[in-house]
Amino acid sequence: MASRSLDPVASTAAPIVVLRDITKRFPGVVANDAVSLAVYPAEVHALLGENGAGKSTLISILSGMQRPDSGTVEIRGREIRIASPRTALDLGIGTVYQHPTLVPTLTVLENLMLGSSWRAPMNRAATRARLSEIAGLLGIALPEDAPLGSLSLGQQQLVEIVKALWRGESVLILDEATSMLTPQGVEDLGRVIGRLRDAGIAVLFITHKLHEAVRFGDRVSVLRQGRKVGELPPETLAELAPQEAIDHIVDLMFGAAADGTVSERSRAQREAAPGERVVIEVDRLCPTGSPAAAGDAGVSFAVREREIFGIAGVDGNGQKQLAEAIAGQRHADAGRIVLDGAQIEGLSVRQRQHAGLRYVTDDRLGEGTVSAFPVGLNLLLKRIGDEPFWRHGIIRNAEVERHARSLIETHDVRVPGPDTPLGHLSGGNVQKALLARELDAQPMAVIYNKPTYGLDLNNIRRARRAICENADAGVATILISTDLDEILELSDRIGVMLDGRMVGVVENDGDAARRVGELMIGVGAQA
Amino acid sequence: MTHAPTAHEERLAPGATALRHWAMPIAAALLPIVLALGVGALILLVLGADPGAFYYHIVRRGLLSWIGLQDTITRCAPLLLLGASLIVAFRAGLWNLGVDGQFLLAAVISAALAPALVTVLPVWLVLPLVMVVAMAVGAVWSLLPALLKAYYGVNEIVTTLMMSFLGISAANVLIKLPFDDPTTTVPQTETLATDDRLPRLFGSTINVGVIVSLAVILFIHWLMTRTSFGLRLRLVGANPRAAVHVGLPLGALMVAVFALSAGLAGLAGSVEILGVWGNVRADWNPAYGLMIIPLVFLARFNGIAVIGFVFFFAVLSIGGETASRKAGLPNYFILVLVALMLIFLALTEWLGQRRQMAARD
Repeated sequence: MASRSLDPVASTAAPIVVLRDITKRFPGVVANDAVSLAVYPAEVHALLGENGAGKSTLISILSGMQRPDSGTVEIRGREIRIASPRTALDLGIGTVYQHPTLVPTLTVLENLMLGSSWRAPMNRAATRARLSEIAGLLGIALPEDAPLGSLSLGQQQLVEIVKALWRGESVLILDEATSMLTPQGVEDLGRVIGRLRDAGIAVLFITHKLHEAVRFGDRVSVLRQGRKVGELPPETLAELAPQEAIDHIVDLMFGAAADGTVSERSRAQREAAPGERVVIEVDRLCPTGSPAAAGDAGVSFAVREREIFGIAGVDGNGQKQLAEAIAGQRHADAGRIVLDGAQIEGLSVRQRQHAGLRYVTDDRLGEGTVSAFPVGLNLLLKRIGDEPFWRHGIIRNAEVERHARSLIETHDVRVPGPDTPLGHLSGGNVQKALLARELDAQPMAVIYNKPTYGLDLNNIRRARRAICENADAGVATILISTDLDEILELSDRIGVMLDGRMVGVVENDGDAARRVGELMIGVGAQA
Repeated sequence: MTHAPTAHEERLAPGATALRHWAMPIAAALLPIVLALGVGALILLVLGADPGAFYYHIVRRGLLSWIGLQDTITRCAPLLLLGASLIVAFRAGLWNLGVDGQFLLAAVISAALAPALVTVLPVWLVLPLVMVVAMAVGAVWSLLPALLKAYYGVNEIVTTLMMSFLGISAANVLIKLPFDDPTTTVPQTETLATDDRLPRLFGSTINVGVIVSLAVILFIHWLMTRTSFGLRLRLVGANPRAAVHVGLPLGALMVAVFALSAGLAGLAGSVEILGVWGNVRADWNPAYGLMIIPLVFLARFNGIAVIGFVFFFAVLSIGGETASRKAGLPNYFILVLVALMLIFLALTEWLGQRRQMAARD
């Protein structure tokens, strides 16, 4: 293995992997949108982005699990189609996935023998020799004959790394490698990554944690909503102090403040004549399963009519639990919800809908719609059995179709007809249909969860306009988004969630971007 | 038979491509049958039997002779009711694989109850009453898997199968202990007199149970495709998370599905006893449920298509008894044909999906 060590000069050499304009679409989302990326030997390339930014899709393309819809992959200067994980391995690309791929009941050695051809005889001695060779390279020691399950998670991950390097791979992909490690484990991993780089291996380090990217990465690329929004080459990164680098990356991750648009005007109008009446009030609500610590005081806020209350925060800080608890599809351990003067926390989902509350879910295909059902029925999913679409419980197809046609037209849903299965629609059109369904009910209060996630620019603009127009028409709006631009563009006030708590509420004035950004990463709360 | 549901179900307006919508699914449903019969013929050749003669005897006995045809139609009754039972469950995404236990237990209760009740009540009241009780018995037997699934997420495939084994054993115990007819040497329940059974149609051996079962399966088809209740069940089946999101009481609906499905399985058992056998012997367990599952899949959960497949299968099983005997093969050879159909169904389904995906790329 040592013989493969490259000269330190190698870092200025040609990239070993080049991704060019990689685009990958899934039903409902554009996971990667013309992403280009280069990985150099003897360099740690940190790929940073939030959940859903497209990191996992990109590495699954590189490791042969998925094929891009367009774009090319070049390995050592040659354009190559990575058709399967085996091809990736043959090309020298080893991957350590986020989730364990080894067998806990087998020993370390046996796990390492699993990858060899099923025709070849099992050779313990050779396996042992190779293991000690790689362990030497990494500067680690592993108990070869212990069952894998008896090892610490950090050690198990080292075994995953050994396995990924087994055939002399020259590119190592680490997908969220620190997510299950203790701080000590992260330290150890950092040392191992350093040794790999010194041995000339190109490391692609995927993470959503900013400080890790800065600490481990020689080069940092930032993905946001499927697009690469910036890259800090080693020269720049070396010049910046860690805090400067972090500030710079925060800008890239969450975007610079929004420029004036339709929503700006709408906001100015709302500001000139703010709504008086509080429509929905959430009081010390503790959603079950929220990341908040036990005994926490819960989340409290109130939204007036015609107001857009933005809820910002990095994904996974309890926003979804909060939205679901307000909508009624998740239990709350404590707290009150008051809608239009009446307490609703004891009501069912359906009763809350009837009371005038709608929840536009972020999981459009997973829970918002039924792909196998036609568009017409999806538009009535929350009104099954209601007149005039059903009479005495029997469907009236003419009414269903008329309703569908009118919504399809007013919301510009591009679809062959009301009887097309919803699964055939593009992501933007699914979201249009979803918004049409929720807004058609003329609700008093709406919770939007990541309403533009995964959409292209055109549909983003359209969805934002719909949100504004409905707020102007009087709807009390709760807008949950991980896209700070969106929050800043649309909201009148902004609450920030961190670890299941609302750590601050700021007016959306000129300085909001900085204060919200600080609250989001837990800085502002201390200040 | 009619067009298959899945992707094109609940079409709101008949389009210009109506022919293709009908022809394609019918072809897709018939192809596995044709292929299965072909491969079955090869197996028969290997076994030294004449496939032509084998299939000829099936058709002659099961379809073309009057006695055979009556048997075939009579056999349809329990199969149709079990088909209706499975359609309800499968469309709601719940795999009630315990229909055989529900069927047998309800059959035994019917066989015990009917001869006793006719001594005190008029027959026209006894027969529907026993059927209702049988449905209740089936429903009760599904309650444990239903509650476990609805409120604890326990996999219903395992629990319904286990309850089925328990139900079959319990039925056996009931026959041998409390309900045993002391006047017979083999363990069996008391026998319902022929005159007290379900009325026969026009002097044939076909009883009114066939009419009941046809009505039930048509009703179930209508219920699942045209009513809001059916749509709610299909929503639970197609996307349970969406059901929660739109505010359906998921747990209550699941229990209702199990009760309805198992109730229909119970009704099947009752109709078979009240119409055909009049009693249950301890060694009687036709296990229709497991045989009907492939047919329900072949019909893609469409009630009207199930009628066609059930009739086809009834011809196959009635005619197959004679054909197998003449060819010197065990009766179970018919199951080989059904298994082949299911394999080819899976294959055509897979090829169709691949073609669709290729077309999309």
